[in-house]
Amino acid sequence: MIALIINGQPRSFPAPLNVAGLVEQLELQGKRIALERNGEIVPRSRFGALELHDGDALEIVVAVGGG
Amino acid sequence: MDQLVIAGKSYSSRLLVGTGKYRDFAQTSAAIEASGAQIVTVAIRRTNIGQNPGEPNLLDVITPRRYTILPNTAGCYTAQDAVRTLRLARELLDGHDLVKLEVLGDPQTLYPNMVETLSAAETLVKDGFKVMVYCSDDPIMAKQLEQIGCVAVMPLASLIGSGMGILNPWNLQIIIDNAKVPVLVDAGVGTASDAAIAMELGCDGVLMNTAIAAARDPVLMASAMKKAVQAGREAYLAGRMPKKLYAAAPSSPTDGVIAPASQDRAA
Repeated sequence: MIALIINGQPRSFPAPLNVAGLVEQLELQGKRIALERNGEIVPRSRFGALELHDGDALEIVVAVGGG
Repeated sequence: MDQLVIAGKSYSSRLLVGTGKYRDFAQTSAAIEASGAQIVTVAIRRTNIGQNPGEPNLLDVITPRRYTILPNTAGCYTAQDAVRTLRLARELLDGHDLVKLEVLGDPQTLYPNMVETLSAAETLVKDGFKVMVYCSDDPIMAKQLEQIGCVAVMPLASLIGSGMGILNPWNLQIIIDNAKVPVLVDAGVGTASDAAIAMELGCDGVLMNTAIAAARDPVLMASAMKKAVQAGREAYLAGRMPKKLYAAAPSSPTDGVIAPASQDRAA
């Protein structure tokens, strides 16, 4: 298992896990999201290649209503 | 044709609208349609993990195909958070680089923190963003933001969400007179006449959210705002008559007035 912090909440997932796998587990595949790992943007094109590690902090954002 | 040009792109509408505080996406969509706006702001927030995976996304309703989406940094209190937010927004919107920068100074008044705003603007411009920047109505700040390379400066008319209207037309006038980039009033507009006044002053556009979303009938108010911005713009272009304490001459001819009834009888 690897422990991640996703949008400030601790979550555990079976290892190994890359970003694409995480997005699928969170049922966010195909959605308009942007993702940051440990403060660095992960481009969508790298989701499949980037392995996640124990303790990684992720921010996953969407567009919402705002002025 | 009279167009608003921002960062080299032309827009026929000078009204920019936000997407916050609406009852639901249907109302958001109807109000924006009625406003005629082409540039629409959105906020960037954490997605609800594991909650309502089937929930519709704002960008499915307000699509980047139809509207120029302007991601904002609402809720950011430091330059660093604002820059991070907009880098995420650029990724979210497939490299789209027109953004609205706002760095707030305090959660009660939502007054902008200009020190952080200047710092964020500098970083973002260097990073290739086209920055439309929310700012105080300080003419020197507006000029400095322009010199940094912001593509539009957007001073407040009054505080965000206050609906207090244009409180300092004189400062806005100085900002407009000195600016070489578009000046848009952002924040404080409460009703249609406020938008018209902003445009009559010579603003290039008006950005608003609460004035429409918090109206009793947002769709009708959106339509009113569209007309007010158009009317104000036309009045500005037409050039208003000078103000006088009283008229030197009435509008109707002074000759040929029929004789007063009493005079006829006397003759």
